Amino acid sequence: MTAAQPAQAQKPGAGPPKLEVLGITKLFPGVVANKDIDLALHEGEILALLGENGAGKSTLMNIIYGLYQPTEGQIRVDGSPVEMHSPRDAIDLGIGMVHQHFQLVPVMSVVDNIMLGSESVDRGLLDRQSVSAQIQELSERYNMAVDPNSIIEDLPVGVQQRVEILKALYRNAEILILDEPTSVLTPQEIEGLFEVMELLRSQGKSIIFITHKLKEVLRVADRIAVLRRGEMVGEADPATTSQENLAALMVGRRVTLEMEKEPASAGDVLLQLRDVEAHTDLGEPALRGVSLDVRAGEIVGVAGVQGNGQTELVEVVTGLRPATGGSVLINGVDMTNASPRRITEEGAICHVPEDRHMYGMVDAYSVADNLVLSAYYKKPFSSGLTMNEQAIAQHAEELVARFDVRTPSVRTSGASLSGGNQQKMVVAREFGRPIRLLVAAQPTRGIDVGSIEFIHSQIVAKRDEGIAVLLVSYELDEIMALSDRIAVMFHGRISAVLPRSQATREKIGLLMAGVSVEDEANS
Amino acid sequence: MSKNAPVSAFHRLRRRYGNTMIVALALIVMAILVNVTPLKEQTWLRVLFGVSALNFTLRWTVPLVLGALSGILCERSGIINIGIEGMMLAGAFAGFVAKTSTNHWPLAASLIFSVVAAVAVGGLMGAVHALFSIRFRMDQIISGTVIIILALGTTSYLYNRDAIAEGKFSSIPIPGLAQIPVIGPVLFDNPPITYLALIMVAVVHLGLFYTRWGLRTRAVGEHPRAADTVGINVNRYRYINTSLGGMLAGLAGAFLVLEAVGQFQEGMTAGRGFISLAAMIFGNWNPIGALGAATLFGYTQALQNELLLAGVTQVPRQFISMLPYVVTIVAVSGLVGRVRPPAAEGKVYETEGSA
Amino acid sequence: MATASSTTGITRTLRALLIPSLALLAALLAGAVVMILSGDDPMAAYSGLFKGAFGDGKGWARTVRKTIPFVLTGLSVALAFKVSLFNIGASGQFVMGSVFAVAVGINFEGLPVYIHLPLALLAGIAGGMLWGAIPGILKVYTGAHEVIVTIMLNYVASLFGGWTVYAGGTQGQTPGPLWDRTAGAISETPDVLHSAQIPWLFGPPYRVHYGVFLALAAAILVWWLIFKTPLGFEMRTVGHNMRAARYAGIRVNFTIILTMALAGGLAGLAGAIETLGLNHKFAPEFGGAVGFDGITVALLGQTHPIGVLLAAFMFGALDGGAATMQFESGVPADIIQIIQALVLAFVAAPLIIRMIFRLRQQTDQDAGSAVNTSWGGA
Repeated sequence: MTAAQPAQAQKPGAGPPKLEVLGITKLFPGVVANKDIDLALHEGEILALLGENGAGKSTLMNIIYGLYQPTEGQIRVDGSPVEMHSPRDAIDLGIGMVHQHFQLVPVMSVVDNIMLGSESVDRGLLDRQSVSAQIQELSERYNMAVDPNSIIEDLPVGVQQRVEILKALYRNAEILILDEPTSVLTPQEIEGLFEVMELLRSQGKSIIFITHKLKEVLRVADRIAVLRRGEMVGEADPATTSQENLAALMVGRRVTLEMEKEPASAGDVLLQLRDVEAHTDLGEPALRGVSLDVRAGEIVGVAGVQGNGQTELVEVVTGLRPATGGSVLINGVDMTNASPRRITEEGAICHVPEDRHMYGMVDAYSVADNLVLSAYYKKPFSSGLTMNEQAIAQHAEELVARFDVRTPSVRTSGASLSGGNQQKMVVAREFGRPIRLLVAAQPTRGIDVGSIEFIHSQIVAKRDEGIAVLLVSYELDEIMALSDRIAVMFHGRISAVLPRSQATREKIGLLMAGVSVEDEANS
Repeated sequence: MSKNAPVSAFHRLRRRYGNTMIVALALIVMAILVNVTPLKEQTWLRVLFGVSALNFTLRWTVPLVLGALSGILCERSGIINIGIEGMMLAGAFAGFVAKTSTNHWPLAASLIFSVVAAVAVGGLMGAVHALFSIRFRMDQIISGTVIIILALGTTSYLYNRDAIAEGKFSSIPIPGLAQIPVIGPVLFDNPPITYLALIMVAVVHLGLFYTRWGLRTRAVGEHPRAADTVGINVNRYRYINTSLGGMLAGLAGAFLVLEAVGQFQEGMTAGRGFISLAAMIFGNWNPIGALGAATLFGYTQALQNELLLAGVTQVPRQFISMLPYVVTIVAVSGLVGRVRPPAAEGKVYETEGSA
Repeated sequence: MATASSTTGITRTLRALLIPSLALLAALLAGAVVMILSGDDPMAAYSGLFKGAFGDGKGWARTVRKTIPFVLTGLSVALAFKVSLFNIGASGQFVMGSVFAVAVGINFEGLPVYIHLPLALLAGIAGGMLWGAIPGILKVYTGAHEVIVTIMLNYVASLFGGWTVYAGGTQGQTPGPLWDRTAGAISETPDVLHSAQIPWLFGPPYRVHYGVFLALAAAILVWWLIFKTPLGFEMRTVGHNMRAARYAGIRVNFTIILTMALAGGLAGLAGAIETLGLNHKFAPEFGGAVGFDGITVALLGQTHPIGVLLAAFMFGALDGGAATMQFESGVPADIIQIIQALVLAFVAAPLIIRMIFRLRQQTDQDAGSAVNTSWGGA
């Protein structure tokens, strides 16, 4: 574990601005995504751009990268105004971007991905060898090891991110935009990324670091700019500001950073997993013998880097994926490979899925229809032969009021709601019926702070009612805030289960990276 | 997940080209065995694997492999093309019209002109499909269906039943190679479009995997946004590839009219475009795999001919004629195993900035 | 498309009719251009077309008679679309329905009409369901894409149908089991027994049978099934989002197979009605095209059962008038097929229509089409 001291020793960015954003406004139909934004990035500095989901950070960066055209305003690079009509123009101006969702072709090799769009060609054919050599050179210079010939989809996300950074460096980027680069990494990987960022800064590169995580901003940034609802609301100096100040600036009101909750009073075991095994969609092993108990009245948080089997774990518990080994007991009844409907009904289980658009809702359906998605066949919604539209609408009105889902009407299509309200709609449907076990996967992904607070308080309220909660999240902060016990998943196994009181970020970070705690003690 | 365990050559072949390789290899081995050993005295073996069966196979394979290549070009760039049947038919008709209106020209000139016409009209159909799919955001399967119905209707409407095409391509034996027993008469004594089709397999393969155009095409079909963010014009690649695909389908049509049959018949493609699609899937969107698959399907067609010629009457001829279609169904359902279509196939790509 | 109930029902209906009507208009105009370019007279053609379709009682009868199978094959394709399945196999299912119905219809002499006729109709439905279920089953269990399987099954069905009525060959091949021994070298079945024929609503020369009510009933039934029953909710959910359907506890595989079987059943019923009501026998040339046209009818009808009724009527008129058009104006009837393809193109791409008629985009839902597809498998 390297010392994580603020890097004040480095020279902060000074001199003329490398990149200037002047009065940028971006309108989408019905939405002002960016309003009159000014921003300057100096050579050799790390500028953090802070804002909650939907604040307009990504829109602004996409404008700088030439993916969007601003409605108004100007961008200057090295003092001269530029017009960018496509990423090509941005690349030619020395701007590189590492997107939040990696822009890598999964089935292609590292070489092919890095040279795509800037290919090296020899007598009409691709010159993979020379590109490979250049990659080797870059990866040594910036201390980012990667095998140019491996296929992207075989690489861990941390390495994929390195490929993205190398891709920008291969194009001689002087300005690097990193969009939420830490959301997929373990704490130790995050530290490694920060070291790379500092190395890049020392070599004169200028970096815009986009995030909504306050700790990280204070750790690595030279300067902080805060964006709220499309507007620049202030700048801060990491040396003098605090997490509380930044949070207030970001959300526009004081927020409680710590979740207030009573200690858990755990009861009987409601969910019991024994040596559960399962495969991914491609037939690779995903769960390699998972054992875990969740008791009534406690929240068990599953921490881990995305892709270590969490998705499959949730799907096996809820019946959406067959278990190839082991057993799943719900309230003492063997539910291994039972149908989703039987698990929902007999197991009295509810499931807030990881990706609401993929599983949780039907975009084209009205709010009312979405709210009966798991009960449409029951009385009073269905008489067996016909559906009762009146009962469905009435049920929807009740839930919408109770869970504060903001929608013009229950007939509005689910797709037209905001992300936070869609998630509240899913939560309303799942929480609004009698349950004993709650499975929540990424329950607050990509939604605003207000909705996050609401959903977190609902989850804790369920726990206090004596319901067993299995919480899966890739946000370590969320796990730390809500869980009574924390299970860490790595490579298809639960590597440890710790009581909240014994779980430190460092310990969990090591477990997420596959280092067992005993190894660490020995070293 | 990365496995550096040694993968046997056989597995590598299978992974890349699909199961078609196994089937095609088995067929070749059997054919050589039968034709160079006394086994050829056996009637049923001769029917199954004789030189004549192999010649028929190649003749049926050519339009199928061209159709499959057409599909590969479109789909590797992300445009589903079930309209191959229509593009082929339109190409065939254009080739026929060009031939009948240049009957008075020297034969070779007239034929080459007709091939060019067929390829051009096929390309035009491809461009229309791309226009529907990209500019007008039509569902690509429906757009393909429109292409088919349009081709069927237009060719029937315009077809002049009194027109006759005079002359067609004849075989050009390749000196030396054509004298090799079995392989010579099958592979090296063919009319020009057959050679061209086999060359196209290699060209498309090389192009897709070893050139800038191919790299970009595949990126556009797998992950268009990744391509867009490095400055590649996604839709331009889709337009180009779909038009090129249409041209290959048109060439298949030219083969039918100018090399195989010599005349045009209404609906003469008779499902070849669809079987091409199956060959493309069966061959895992890979040109060499598609050649293997097309050979397999071509072989079932040839077998049908051979059985009918051999006067097999125990089985009703309709059932023999079902063979290619049934084999296609079996292939796409049973034997295919795990194929992986280009990930972004069938989806409209919109640059976000255009909003 | 949201649930059926809505206070703005009338405006919604009008809006739904707008694009298809303009698409028809645009296709007729484009057809005229094609005719002018190839030296035909579009005015003469269209007046002949109209006269043939609606000029007199016989014209109307012809239009209605042709509408019936379009309604059913259109419903077949539309129902499958609701579950995001593309049934290109209606023509094969139609043939199987015809063959099964005729097999019952020419046998069982002496049965009363109220048993024999329903039995023959059910046999036709069963034949179609069988042919529809196969691609459903293959899709679910092997991931074979229904587009390819249904197309291949069309050829297989057509050959199978041909074999059942095969007159035998000169080399002593055995004739097919349904062949009419008195027909000599002609490959066709004997006439369906009177007890299995659908009675005339208007007898010759109008030849409109009671099947018209069966088609209407089928449209209402499909509408009720899709929009008013829990099963329909399940089907639509599977169609919109297969994963969400699994999440909601819906048996996705069962729904897919059932839908394909029902879609096949509708096309099979079309074949049965044509055979028992109109042709009174089966021969290889009956069938085929009407199944393929079902795709256009379904899309023109916006995959809504009531829309399908209207679209089928329009197609019935086009087909009903085609012969008169060719006879009176000399324009080949094949032009109708071009017009139909253009209608399909314009309906499937509302953006083209909006461009031609300079309409503003109302909702972005218009841009989405009835299906979203790839070879991805199950």
